[in-house]
Amino acid sequence: MRTQMITRTREPGPAAGRPAVEIGHLRKTYGTFVAVDDVSFSVAEGEIFGILGPNGAGKTTTVECAIGLRSPDAGTIRLLGLDPQADRDEVHEIVGVQLQTGALPPKLRVGEILEMYRSFYRDPADVGELIEALGLAPKRHDYYRSLSGGQRQRLSVALALIGQPKIAVLDEMTTGLDPQARRDAWALIENIRDRGVTIVLVTHFMEEAERLCDRVALIDGGHIVALDTPASLAARARDGKTVRFLPSATFDDRLLTELPEVTRVEHQGQHILVTGTGELVNAVLLSLAAAGVTARGVQLDSSNLEDAFVKLTGKHPHDDKEGERP
Amino acid sequence: MSSLSLPRPTRRTAFGQIVLNEARLAWRQPRGLLAGIGVPVLLLVIFDLIPAFRKPAANLGGLTPLSVYVPILIVFGLAMLAFMGLPMPLASYRELGILRRLSTTPVPPSWLLAAQGVINLCMAVTATLIIVVAGIALGAPAPKNPAGFALSVLLSIAALFAIGLVIAAVVRTAASVNVIGRVIFFPLMFLAGLWWPRELMPGALQALSDVSPLGATVEAIQDSMQGQFPPAASLLVLTAYAVAFGFLAKRFFRWE
Repeated sequence: MRTQMITRTREPGPAAGRPAVEIGHLRKTYGTFVAVDDVSFSVAEGEIFGILGPNGAGKTTTVECAIGLRSPDAGTIRLLGLDPQADRDEVHEIVGVQLQTGALPPKLRVGEILEMYRSFYRDPADVGELIEALGLAPKRHDYYRSLSGGQRQRLSVALALIGQPKIAVLDEMTTGLDPQARRDAWALIENIRDRGVTIVLVTHFMEEAERLCDRVALIDGGHIVALDTPASLAARARDGKTVRFLPSATFDDRLLTELPEVTRVEHQGQHILVTGTGELVNAVLLSLAAAGVTARGVQLDSSNLEDAFVKLTGKHPHDDKEGERP
Repeated sequence: MSSLSLPRPTRRTAFGQIVLNEARLAWRQPRGLLAGIGVPVLLLVIFDLIPAFRKPAANLGGLTPLSVYVPILIVFGLAMLAFMGLPMPLASYRELGILRRLSTTPVPPSWLLAAQGVINLCMAVTATLIIVVAGIALGAPAPKNPAGFALSVLLSIAALFAIGLVIAAVVRTAASVNVIGRVIFFPLMFLAGLWWPRELMPGALQALSDVSPLGATVEAIQDSMQGQFPPAASLLVLTAYAVAFGFLAKRFFRWE
């Protein structure tokens, strides 16, 4: 099956070092169902890398193969040079994982859970500092069952970070959080990255990906359909940018259509809608000014990541979301 | 905080930490403690209040019904721990995704299973000792062949825990473990003589009891309490259960 392939690998910026995550031609099938096919990407150290896609696109399978929970049918996976199947133990030391689902025993206290997970690692974080950073310090002696959804989510993140990982994989970490808790979680992720941790973020919130991710891979039907910065993906969602305005006087459309930046001019009642690329706004306004026409009520429209998602997958990111979660 | 001055955790402290938390849970959610120790001790006390239970009976080989019931109640406690106390937490850990979460850490999820084994083993040994001591306090004899008694108890723990692990392996949720645990507990307890002592069963039923896991346990424990070495047949039956179900549990256990 051939889906729209726009895979374009963008070299990470000069600050980036060796790749933290390298995935090459990953393939995973369940029976006859091909969950992931020919997925390749690499994540630079210190990057926040987003994996986006509709439900059943293969996001979670990709992540589960990457962290060694599943063995791929084909392809290579390297985490800081290590193979998650062959170097299981070492990979688990350096990769912290927060899975999409996963509760904890209701009658254990926050501190007891963290102390236990802390003992699993060679060089763990300090429990006191970690729960302070995550705003869980007042809950240290509370049972897990008494925590709110947001607190449970933060504890889950704390467990992913307790081993002081070099790579943190966070799967749908803000699903089910209220907007304030979500913004707190975003600040937390940026904070973790600032400490030098590479972050792989699986999400279906476009706003989250747009705000946090250096690059995103958009997965659909088991393939990567696009891989770029959120801004570039958004720009690609439309043929270009649009500018809409109310001209002070009528003018010949050719004044604008002859500009190299302009691809189309439409009349919407008294308004003019110009579609184009590059320095569209400047070009349009300068030409109009040269012809003695002023543009009033200028509206610029730039598309966002959500538009890109809809355009590239033909699905709305929130459409089929809640079916899976009761 | 002075994280630098703390000793570096080792693998051994990791297992210790898991056992510690499992022990806390066993104490805070005392289903296993109540069913495995509380209920049999309570039954023993109730039996002691029935005058007929304290008189030696000819059809029981001159033993009092109370002393006949001591091994049966020991088996009651062991079976409760094996069929519910052991598999329920494991099924719920799988249900809650705890085993899966552990798979992403340097510690394998099998350690949690081992920790549950340790906790339930401690409870099983404690339950046995408490029931024996309570029985002695109420006039039943102490085990006259302690080595045979210890061997019988340990071998039956191995057999019954292996069966419990098969339940944990194939049953998906803690709620279903609760149901299935009961469904197999009561018929097996019947064969062990909870309602009808084995001595009074008709021949065919007694033969069936001999090869049932709880019936074989009662026979081995009863004989060692009366001073004989437990019969080879019951020890063999228990060993067979331990090996067969241990194999099945290992073969079919699902971690997610």
